[in-house]
Amino acid sequence: MEIVEPTNVYAYKLITKKDYFAPGHRACQGCAEALAVRLVAKALGRNVIVASATGCMEIISSPWPFTSWRVPWIHVAFENAAAVASGVEAGMKVLMRKGKVPKKKITFLAMAGDGGTSDIGVQALSGALERGHDFVYICYDNEAYMNTGIQRSSSTPYGASTTTSPAGKVIPGQMTWKKNMPEIAAAHSIPYVATACPSYPIDLVEKVKKAAKIKGPAYIHMLSVCPTGWRLPPELSIKAGRLAVETGVFPLYEVDHGRYRFTEKVEKLRPVEEYLKIQGRFRHLSEEMRDTIQKRVVEEYKKLVKKVQMTQGD
Amino acid sequence: MGKRIGLEVSLSAAEAVKMANVDCIAAYPITPQTHIVEHLSELVNNGELDAEFIPVESEHSAMSVSAGVSAVGARAFTCTSSQGLSLMNEIVHIVASMRLPIVMILANRSMSGPISIWNDHTDVMSIRDCGWIQVFANNGQEVFDNVLFAYRVAESQKVMLPLIINIDGFILTHVIEPVEFWEKEQVKQYLPDFKPVYTMHPDRPVTMGGVGMPYVFSEAKVAQDEPLIQSKAEIITAWKELGDVVGRYYKPVETYRMEDAETLFVTQGSFGETVSLVVDALRNEGESVGLVMDRLWRPFPFDEFREATSQAKNLIVIDRAISYGGQGGPLAIDIRSALYKGENQPNITNFICGLAGRDVTINDFKNIYHRAMEKIKENPMEEDFEYYGVRGK
Repeated sequence: MEIVEPTNVYAYKLITKKDYFAPGHRACQGCAEALAVRLVAKALGRNVIVASATGCMEIISSPWPFTSWRVPWIHVAFENAAAVASGVEAGMKVLMRKGKVPKKKITFLAMAGDGGTSDIGVQALSGALERGHDFVYICYDNEAYMNTGIQRSSSTPYGASTTTSPAGKVIPGQMTWKKNMPEIAAAHSIPYVATACPSYPIDLVEKVKKAAKIKGPAYIHMLSVCPTGWRLPPELSIKAGRLAVETGVFPLYEVDHGRYRFTEKVEKLRPVEEYLKIQGRFRHLSEEMRDTIQKRVVEEYKKLVKKVQMTQGD
Repeated sequence: MGKRIGLEVSLSAAEAVKMANVDCIAAYPITPQTHIVEHLSELVNNGELDAEFIPVESEHSAMSVSAGVSAVGARAFTCTSSQGLSLMNEIVHIVASMRLPIVMILANRSMSGPISIWNDHTDVMSIRDCGWIQVFANNGQEVFDNVLFAYRVAESQKVMLPLIINIDGFILTHVIEPVEFWEKEQVKQYLPDFKPVYTMHPDRPVTMGGVGMPYVFSEAKVAQDEPLIQSKAEIITAWKELGDVVGRYYKPVETYRMEDAETLFVTQGSFGETVSLVVDALRNEGESVGLVMDRLWRPFPFDEFREATSQAKNLIVIDRAISYGGQGGPLAIDIRSALYKGENQPNITNFICGLAGRDVTINDFKNIYHRAMEKIKENPMEEDFEYYGVRGK
């Protein structure tokens, strides 16, 4: 982490200074999700239409009469960002075909949180991926329903204490494993799936640009550290994201037309403990539970390594 | 004059949607709406209609896709029934507040449970207060004409609200009726292109669907209700001009054989045609009876109702829906409100019948008429309601 990567030196040239997601929004201090949204907006530029689900990013960015959006942005409801984006894409396509709107490359972006994606929005998302709309879907995963007050979702990791999976005397927090949404997206055989994290801004921007360029649906799963919900100091957001990747908890990879590839190679995984210990939501974990998590992380990582080996073929 | 063709009402409705040159159709199959969307997908796949047909995975997505379509300034159509309407309910409310002029045909079907695929008005009544313009149709020709009318009104910059056309499931959707098609020139003359005030486009970024904090929420809702109330003027103009183009004139409230009628039936939807025959028969028997048919349901045509009933002594309001625990059917409740403290205060009797497609025949309506007369004689101020034709009652 202390080593400066060569690309970092040139970062200012690779990422535009222009902001399409304006400052002054109402996100919490240290919100890595707002940072991710800002980077995504930079990567996509001005020729984009955004469909947003209900959630943190919607309430912090659009309290009428204010808006943080310098690009067209629409919010309809919680579970339907993928469907609204489908309509935006289809409507624009037909208007351009009929000559009612001048032809031009526009990226259609749908965005939702982990609840809006892996729980209540999974049906609309699956439908849109299957129908093959030319759009990018980004799930900003902060691993619980943070907007309503840190309730557990199917994306909450095992062991985490939330307001509906509290660390009790009998049941010590979330007892289920995180739903693997990128794999569910990949199972639709769409052209592009990737994971990303704003702790790795260059990687994030490259993936978003690639997703926008590819014809057909693309899915990006964005780990978005939430200091408020994860019970960690705001200044540790970026570090927590790095540790998630370096411990193998959240590997950065992409599935490009079925081919798996690590985009951030981790030579030797750090102990998961380093990631867990900085977060209050894991404070109560017994040694046994920590071991269980460590084992699971390594198992999952190995599975992913196999997929990379199996699908690269060159 | 356009061609007169014998066609299933669902198919002619789809043909009208084609004439309206819609851009996107997002729909999910549900009986008895299916024939409409099947035919539309055929028209698209055969290249007869240049539109995107989006076979969504649920009605919730049908309305959500339509929201996206409309927000970019494209013409959206969808179509559903009962359970499908319930599933999309959330978005039905939202698109009205977002002023997205989507047009939906609702092939009316009863709400489960018990599950039933047959016709009544319990589905539309469950979203009575959703902020859409809502009209009913008596027959296939009205359905056809009202599709073109719907886009004209909904997309008017003075209105900018979504619109529901109610068609009785099976009773209308699945019958073959002669329908006079419009000439292309007539459509061109009547229905302008969709030109919304705001659209989603990178060249002119807007934020749609922002958060309504308490300090603006009430203002936003009043700003939504006012254009709905005021849309009546636009609706009346659009029907008048429709008549000028194709020769069929429609009004918010239609009347039949009103001359000196002491007693008036009040109906919605396809009951109107049946009751018109009953009125003829009763007139032949010397009864003083007429018929008022409600075509416009929201905004409710208060003035037109008061005027139509200004000379009547008795009203027999026929409802095809229940307002559980309420004061009769939804139509009767509104009519009682409309006439309360009016200059003329007729006796109002209310019958709920025809639930889940149960036939209500000419004889049944005659029975209803006589029962109503009896009730009024017994207690002219009685304000209750009766379920007609229910076994064990």
